[in-house]
Amino acid sequence: MRAVVTVIGKDTVGILHKVSGICAEYNVNVIEVTQSVLQDMFAMIMLVDITGITADFSVLVDRMNSLGKELGLSIHTMHEDIFNSMHNV
Amino acid sequence: MLNAYNILETIRMIQDEYLDIRTITMGISLLDCIDTDIDKACEKVYNKIVSRAGNLVAVGQQIETEYGIPIVNKRISVTPIAMLCAACPDGDPVKFAKALQRAADTCGVNFIGGYSALVHKGFSAGDMALIKSIPEALDVTQNICSSVNIGSTKSGINMDAVKIMGQIVKQSAERTADRDCIGPAKLVVFCNAVEDNPFMAGAFHGVGEPDCEIHVGVSGPGVVRAALTKYPDASIDEIADVIKKTAFKITRMGQLVGARASELLGVPFGIVDLSLAPTPAVGDSVAHILEEMGLEMCGTHGTTACLAMLNDAVKKGGVMASSTVGGLSGAFIPVSEDAGMIDAAVAGVLSLEKLEAMTAVCSVGLDMIVVPGDITPETISAIIADEAAIGMVNSKTTAVRLIPAIGRKEGETLEFGGLLGSGPVMPIREKSPAKFISRGGRIPAPMQSLKN
Repeated sequence: MRAVVTVIGKDTVGILHKVSGICAEYNVNVIEVTQSVLQDMFAMIMLVDITGITADFSVLVDRMNSLGKELGLSIHTMHEDIFNSMHNV
Repeated sequence: MLNAYNILETIRMIQDEYLDIRTITMGISLLDCIDTDIDKACEKVYNKIVSRAGNLVAVGQQIETEYGIPIVNKRISVTPIAMLCAACPDGDPVKFAKALQRAADTCGVNFIGGYSALVHKGFSAGDMALIKSIPEALDVTQNICSSVNIGSTKSGINMDAVKIMGQIVKQSAERTADRDCIGPAKLVVFCNAVEDNPFMAGAFHGVGEPDCEIHVGVSGPGVVRAALTKYPDASIDEIADVIKKTAFKITRMGQLVGARASELLGVPFGIVDLSLAPTPAVGDSVAHILEEMGLEMCGTHGTTACLAMLNDAVKKGGVMASSTVGGLSGAFIPVSEDAGMIDAAVAGVLSLEKLEAMTAVCSVGLDMIVVPGDITPETISAIIADEAAIGMVNSKTTAVRLIPAIGRKEGETLEFGGLLGSGPVMPIREKSPAKFISRGGRIPAPMQSLKN
């Protein structure tokens, strides 16, 4: 099972470090990362494997949400099925 | 394959364009709760609903977290209660309404639909008692919805029922006059009612349905409008194509959520209802989609044509995205629940007559329309008859949900709050249809019914 973490907002030091830190804490493996910084806007999409997650998925979602609030970023953590079903026939 | 553009598009739809699952509705059959002792029957009803739907809200919240998609409402539809009343003719049907309210409170759902009777060809045991109890039932409960089917293409229109429903709608408004006449906002009068509709206030669980199942109603007028803004100069067929693609994506999400809910709850997946259901939030309006197509304001000439195209494109796009489509499926036009419709009604551009024409080409009917408080029951009945005739002849579902604003006149407003929104009092014709309504009887089924 995989999930997608997206981070959008103003660029600051250590975003990738903090997001991947939370993933590591719950044994969530980062498979792929794409990121771009346009002027000072930061956009990152991270594909993660949640097969071996050590807590409930909702705990990960909550942690990411509170990190987002703390850093003033919009962080969404969603199961990959929603993207697959919406955009593929 | 996932790509960044698609991922960001989904997130933008949810975050900025109000994409959501409007409702997951569990349909529960109460046929095994029938009892000659009404108190025993009520207890069985409560126990069955709580045993089936006790987890519904928690499961809904779990899916919201998993997929990051809001599920606005968790609801329940039940077997038309008139069928339960038939077995206990001496009991007060309001007891069932109270039992349903207790079940709604325990389960934490925001509506239970099915305080209903199906009388399109005539009244059977229990029907009349239930219909007469509707004003009281809607007054003493908060989360119970009622509906009455008074006509169908196959059977014609039961004009005796039409006559009574005019009185019931009016009484219902009078009993709740101190609460902005909220009673009739929970009461729908149908022609060709569907048995698997997940949307309120007209949801009930038909007798041909399984014991328990889960339906999903999707929404997304804001997403459709946002998609259209990218094509300011496209021709109408190109716009229809954009709507189809958008409807496909929205419906796929509904299908995913429904399948997941069915798996987690251990009940069969019923249908996805592909409707564009507006909310009073700015940016979540069906009227604004029509205006994006090129109308200066919803309700002006051309509105019916735009709506017909929209309704058809939504179905064409959605039908391939779901394994089973059902319910009402189309664009809803509830006036008080749609910011653009409210503006158009206040400006006097959107009239009752135009709305009636619009209902011939879209989902459902005259919905959440506030009329003057001094409207006569006969006029309400006549409006119901007009709308039912459109449904009967066109083999489609039509419905009437009028709210007589007791003590208010044209130009004033009723505020319901929440998803029900607010509505200006709309003018009606002054001449009386009382003679026509007093005749009673039945409008015979039209030629369209003879298909065998």
